[in-house]
Amino acid sequence: MLKALVIDPGKCTGCKQCEMACSYENEGVFNPSKSRIRVFDFHEDARFVPYTCTQCDEAWCQQACPVNAITTDEMGVKVVSDSLCVGCKVCTIACPFGTINYNASTGKVIKCDLCQGSPACADACPTAAITYQDIEQTGFDKMKLWAGKTGAAVEIDGPNTPV
Amino acid sequence: MHHVILGAGPAGVTAAETIRKQDPTAEITLVGGEGEPPYSRMAIPYLLEGKIGEDGTYLRQTKDHYQTHAIKVAQGPVTAVDTAAKSVALKDGNSIAYDKLLIATGASPVRPPIDGLDQPGVHTCWTLEDARHITKLAKKGAPVVLVGAGFIGSIILESLAKAGVKLTVIEMGDRMVPRMLDETAGNMLRRWCEKEGVRVITSTTVEAIKGIGAPTTTQTEAQTQQQAQTASPDSDEQQPGLIKRLFGISSAEPSPSSYPASAAMPAPPTTNDNTPIPPGSSGLSVVLGNGEAIAAELVVVATGVRSNTGFLEGSGIKTGAGITVDDHLATSARDVYAAGDVAEGMDLSTGTHDMLAIQPVAVEHGYLAAMNMTGTPTKHRGSLNMNVLDTLGLISSSFGQWQGVPGGQSVTKTEDDSYRYMRLEFDGDKLIGAQCVGVTEHIGMLRGLIQTGLPLGPWKDRLIESPERLPEAYIATAHGTPGHGPSGLKIALPV
Repeated sequence: MLKALVIDPGKCTGCKQCEMACSYENEGVFNPSKSRIRVFDFHEDARFVPYTCTQCDEAWCQQACPVNAITTDEMGVKVVSDSLCVGCKVCTIACPFGTINYNASTGKVIKCDLCQGSPACADACPTAAITYQDIEQTGFDKMKLWAGKTGAAVEIDGPNTPV
Repeated sequence: MHHVILGAGPAGVTAAETIRKQDPTAEITLVGGEGEPPYSRMAIPYLLEGKIGEDGTYLRQTKDHYQTHAIKVAQGPVTAVDTAAKSVALKDGNSIAYDKLLIATGASPVRPPIDGLDQPGVHTCWTLEDARHITKLAKKGAPVVLVGAGFIGSIILESLAKAGVKLTVIEMGDRMVPRMLDETAGNMLRRWCEKEGVRVITSTTVEAIKGIGAPTTTQTEAQTQQQAQTASPDSDEQQPGLIKRLFGISSAEPSPSSYPASAAMPAPPTTNDNTPIPPGSSGLSVVLGNGEAIAAELVVVATGVRSNTGFLEGSGIKTGAGITVDDHLATSARDVYAAGDVAEGMDLSTGTHDMLAIQPVAVEHGYLAAMNMTGTPTKHRGSLNMNVLDTLGLISSSFGQWQGVPGGQSVTKTEDDSYRYMRLEFDGDKLIGAQCVGVTEHIGMLRGLIQTGLPLGPWKDRLIESPERLPEAYIATAHGTPGHGPSGLKIALPV
């Protein structure tokens, strides 16, 4: 069964524990600038938005890679092979979401690979703003998102949702 | 149905795979021009640095990839296309009949008007074969002259510098990478390169490359040249390759002996550069427009590329600077399509047909052409011009109309000391172009905003105030006011 990260910005308090967990899990250091998930701070609106790769079906990064270093695993996750990546960075300009980035310390690119099936960010999130769910359930959340866009529907169940 | 694809670069390989997905029973022949497995030119700089081996440049890494997908890989190059008989002629005299033809023959380095290009030690940097020659000569401490600091030149610059050579770069334009970066960014790159020990000479032409000493023996330059054409297996290999590459795969090219520049060379000139020429080296002297002569053991020429269309002469296929295509990537001939560096595809920013010779565009073209060839009419909306360049650790990028448009607004933020620069260009409340130096985080969002053309609303003024707020501007604009649900919307491939 395919699973995906479901991000609910309304529940995010901006604690950035996801960034610390991601960086530690993947790079062995507590360095948010090396995190593959980032929390953006919309201070005018007092909101925080965790943001990372959505593992596109027809991934732009994958198609732009000149040496086939980005492959799709059996879970549908786009994975960068460190041994094949030459660090050309074309994927970093090709991904229109900006979620694959260059890591100068290794000379390779990094992106979210869902931590081989147990994402550290979701484990670390204290408010369930980031959860790891079956893909069917994310479908429901997508519907809610679209429903929210069609009218003035406002969700009020998050700790960080303005009145 | 037999699909024949000329050219085994990213456009050709992507097209072959897409055709296979769309039509499991089609016959597919991929004709390569170089006698190498399909590989990526983009990876050559990393091969030169020793970061990867030759197999690391291959476009597909799985063993038997082409066999598995029943894609027949044939050896070209193709010398002519007969659009009436629907067949292509191969150099070895055979021909291949096609039902649908894709021309993805790419481009080749242009030959600048410099005397003495045809001698040992002077190379373009375009093919695996070029890379092999350059690797032999780019030894630690060896004086090397790079002619051209355009995009390709600047990428090679990094590999040469990393190989530890004593490097001088000569650019005709007034700055580095003039077609990708503005004056501020281009000069920032130059300062960086100079700080890293590379000599950069701009606004200067190269007049001639002269031989000042003969390799390994005391034979004269003319003899060396003679040997290159006839006896030496090493040079013999390299010369026809060079000419072939310089002139494309059509073969009305003159033979190497038509270039008498070096053979007619006068006595060895002296050089005013103090670099000692070690015994056994190529011993070249690069004479500049300003009269200066620079000693070199290796000269790498990277002065731009031109589409390989020579072999289409007489085919009736309409060409300009490249092959003329419509918005379905069809050429003027029935059942013939074109893709990649050879095709004048649509530029998304300008709505005009132009050559955007970059890897992502080649892949887009290959995909779209294959969809159209297999009966799913798919219109090309246009590709976005974009580039990213790593120059000895300083990373720069440019997107779309980074020069701006009349009546548009613009913001720049320059931090000279920390080598950081951002420039955003707006038309109305849309982002249409961008440039960055020293900024790499989330730069793909620049593409996202430019390609979608989403109105920025209040975020335009916020970006003009602080361009570094790009990620917020992108998320707010592309994904709506943050609400509930997954944070990323999927955007389909351009159709």
